[in-house]
Amino acid sequence: MADADLSEAEKTFILHSVQDNFREDGRGNEDFRHLEVETGLISNTNGSARVRLANTDVLVGVKVQLTAVDPEKPEVGRLEFFIDCSANATPAFEGRGGEELGSEISAMLTRAYSCPSAVDFHSLCVLPGQQCWLLYIDVLVLECGGNLFDAVSIAVKAALFNLKIPNVTMTKDEGGVELDLSDDPFDFKRLNVSGAPVIVTVNKIGHKHVVDASEKEEECTLARIMLGVTEKGSITAMRKEGSGSLDSDSISEMMEVCKSS
Amino acid sequence: MAGMELLSDQGFRIDGRKPHELRRIRFKKGVFRQADGSAYLEQGNTKVLAAVYGPHEIRGSRGKALHDKLLINCQYSMATFSTQDRKRRPRGDRKAQEMTSHLKQTFDAVVMTELFPKVQLDIFVEVLQSDGGNYCASVNAATLALVDAGIPMKDYVIACSGSHMRDTPIVDMNHLEESSGGAEVIMAILPRCDQIVFLEMNSRLHEDHLSGVMDHVMVGCKDIFNVLNQQVQDELCQKTELDKIVTTG
Repeated sequence: MADADLSEAEKTFILHSVQDNFREDGRGNEDFRHLEVETGLISNTNGSARVRLANTDVLVGVKVQLTAVDPEKPEVGRLEFFIDCSANATPAFEGRGGEELGSEISAMLTRAYSCPSAVDFHSLCVLPGQQCWLLYIDVLVLECGGNLFDAVSIAVKAALFNLKIPNVTMTKDEGGVELDLSDDPFDFKRLNVSGAPVIVTVNKIGHKHVVDASEKEEECTLARIMLGVTEKGSITAMRKEGSGSLDSDSISEMMEVCKSS
Repeated sequence: MAGMELLSDQGFRIDGRKPHELRRIRFKKGVFRQADGSAYLEQGNTKVLAAVYGPHEIRGSRGKALHDKLLINCQYSMATFSTQDRKRRPRGDRKAQEMTSHLKQTFDAVVMTELFPKVQLDIFVEVLQSDGGNYCASVNAATLALVDAGIPMKDYVIACSGSHMRDTPIVDMNHLEESSGGAEVIMAILPRCDQIVFLEMNSRLHEDHLSGVMDHVMVGCKDIFNVLNQQVQDELCQKTELDKIVTTG
């Protein structure tokens, strides 16, 4: 993502130290960096969160909107993800530079949340067969310090947790049913996000697996696997990235590591 | 909105301010480690982040390089959740491009461009929450980011907006006041030299009122400058005291 030029000596150092379960900043292979989560920052939105994972800074805002229901799934609401990689993160993201990365993250999140048990979609339905809530989840990547996918998914989960959906009152008219959104700032309902998945990225450096890689470690990675994991341990999405190849043993090992994180 | 006047009979505006009163300003420099300079500024409910990268080699087409001056590259983008209605495109629409060129024009006049020929400076502004005065907050945040990055400038650039309402000039408008349809004067000045770098006016304003409004906006800019300068100098003093302790103690 950002420019992290590593010399051969640095790469070798990282490679060897990881084999001994010792990373550049003194962590073990399975330790996460310091993580800070803040919610409710942006008053324009219905829910928001900000996550700082060492250098990585991600801001998420969620806005709700009443829309017509998807004819194939008339009883459930919908989520729509939009990732904006701001130029603040690195000048390479200026203009349309960050779109590729943004669409990758957005696709991964959509797959992770497409599982029916992730979020209680039925509670997002207002009028079965007619109206439902559409949640616009907008992610703004402010700074890239490695391990972007994890930070983004944590921020999304936190923002959904912070989300306040206004209560709707329905009045029956001759023409149909009229929906009134409550203006009262204290009249809302929350979304149950205990089943929401979090993406964990496991990088393969040499023969060992590393969780929460910094940028330098990401440069040394041959291949990585991203898993969307829920609290109960079930996997909702999986994706492999990188030019290295993995054999099936390493994949199952990495999945175990992911689940325990 | 029935019953809500922009300026009440007692002389108070919608958010309870007096006509010449500014919104609360809070800022923090150096919020990003990766950028050379960065600043986060809040003016009332408008929240803006600015990041500065550079000066560095020209990225992209070498043809754009100026042989005798620094090339300033700006980008203004708004987060999709920044406005009341969700914004589809963060950048690339006409408004953003207009803002980008205004910012570029403003900073071209202030940064000492003769010192850096053939290189490029990047200024990126991201609006997190928009409640009126987007341009002003962007300019102020970008100035702080340039100060944080240590780019040589002639002076601070401070921007403020103003209008004329019911025979009273008002200063620093929020979104409701801006969209009410009255005239809006936006000015960016160099406060210590009393020079105007950028001036824009929307809608109609009688010429008799114009100089009055401009004077008030100037005063508003100088007030903002005092607020920002005070905190920047305090932080600098604290930092130099700390350095003194480290080097001598």
